[in-house]
Amino acid sequence: MSTFWSLWIIILTTTNLVLLLWVLLANRKVAVVGEENKDVKTTGHEYDGIEEYDNPLPRWWFYMFLLTFIFAVGYLIIYPGYGSYEGLKFKDSPAWTSVGELRGDQAKAEQVYAETYGVYSKMPIEEVARNPDALKMGFRLFSNNCAVCHGADGGGNPGFPNLTDKDWLYGGTADKIHETIVSGRKAAMPAWGSIMGEEGVVDVTEYVLQLSGSEHDAAKAEAGAKLFAANCVACHAADGKGNQLVGAPNLTDNIWLYGGEPATIRQTVRDGRNGVMPAQQELLKEDRIHLLAAYVYSLSLEESN
Amino acid sequence: MKGHEIVEKNIGLMTVFMVIAISFGGLVEIVPQFFLKQTTTPVEGLKPLNAVQLEGRDIYIREGCHVCHTQMVRPLRAEVERYGHYSVAGESVYEHPFLWGSKRTGPDLARVGGRYSDDWHKVHLFNPRIVVPESIMPAYPQLYDNKLDGKHTADKMRALAKVGVPYTEEDFAGAKRAVQGVTEMDALVAYLQNLGVLLKEKR
Repeated sequence: MSTFWSLWIIILTTTNLVLLLWVLLANRKVAVVGEENKDVKTTGHEYDGIEEYDNPLPRWWFYMFLLTFIFAVGYLIIYPGYGSYEGLKFKDSPAWTSVGELRGDQAKAEQVYAETYGVYSKMPIEEVARNPDALKMGFRLFSNNCAVCHGADGGGNPGFPNLTDKDWLYGGTADKIHETIVSGRKAAMPAWGSIMGEEGVVDVTEYVLQLSGSEHDAAKAEAGAKLFAANCVACHAADGKGNQLVGAPNLTDNIWLYGGEPATIRQTVRDGRNGVMPAQQELLKEDRIHLLAAYVYSLSLEESN
Repeated sequence: MKGHEIVEKNIGLMTVFMVIAISFGGLVEIVPQFFLKQTTTPVEGLKPLNAVQLEGRDIYIREGCHVCHTQMVRPLRAEVERYGHYSVAGESVYEHPFLWGSKRTGPDLARVGGRYSDDWHKVHLFNPRIVVPESIMPAYPQLYDNKLDGKHTADKMRALAKVGVPYTEEDFAGAKRAVQGVTEMDALVAYLQNLGVLLKEKR
């Protein structure tokens, strides 16, 4: 802060305090003990016979006013605020700042976290996934951070994968889940509408329906198979079983991320899909992610138990 | 108290004294902030909103998002833990008016950028109950249908430039083209995804 603004604040603050104190003291009247009932003074105002008493301020009130001044002065001494004055510094410890207080609170919390989460951070994820206490914490972390997309039960939403089935886009091993949470994922299914044309989109859709064993138009599916072989196999593989390295879903099961109705599949083929899982590394940090990965891993374990 | 009577019986004089008494706080607490380096220097990398984001911001204002969502992470542990780095003045220097808000019915949005995917935002704005069953946020399906025409985008940028936002002639020239035909949904999501992404420390 420049000297000018520092002085500006100091002078105005001081003037304000002095002025207020002056107003308080200049208006002070002291009641004379024992005289209350004799001759009560009025302000001299009289309206329709109604007069206004001119009594002194109650003493407790007056002293309370004084206390606020003492508080103000004390506050300006202890905390920053009086121009560029930084506030009271105790031995070794710097003056108070809101950020300093925040860092202190954070350091304390980190210790607690290190104790509660730290117990599990050395354990392999597969083992944490069978620890009921860890899973309780994992559930809370999941509710706070993941449920908005994947649902409170991890059951997913259209466009946001179900985490409780055994169908994984990028792999369902503990390591892969951990990797997904840490770095996020970006799906890149291109839009095929302009390349295949609307007819091609319809044909490929019929073929995809055939792959998953749904009702389909056999003639169109046959045409679609050729288009599929030419355009889709790079990611979804020749047999349509997908590729977890690029997050290409298995099309032969009847599990659908965006929906398995012909219209939805056509939309997927026509406009492409670019599902994004945001990276959580900076938000959650390793200890929490470890627990979360274990929790998510446990979701698909439960089914097999 | 002779003086007291003069003040009480001259309402003009009393007004003057009242203004003086009240202005002390503002003069000390507000006025210096207009001139201090800490509050007027943009944080590193701060850029004015591009045309689409700017329109998105106006939709944010039009729909009253700031009534229920703040954009101000206070330096308190619980807030920093939930939302990320506390807000700093340098992030708001191009904001006219700022949208810090004062009441949180929904969560703070100061650092919502990159937190969720674009798809999520669109689904959530279309109907929040689809992804958050217990949500009380209103649905905004009309954002999908309304398209921007960009008629006033350049004017808005010029107005902001007048109060110190560094838009260039190039920005004015390209504004309409950039905005035309974009849905309000896309503009709003573009704005949201840009919120608070400059400070890297997330918690």
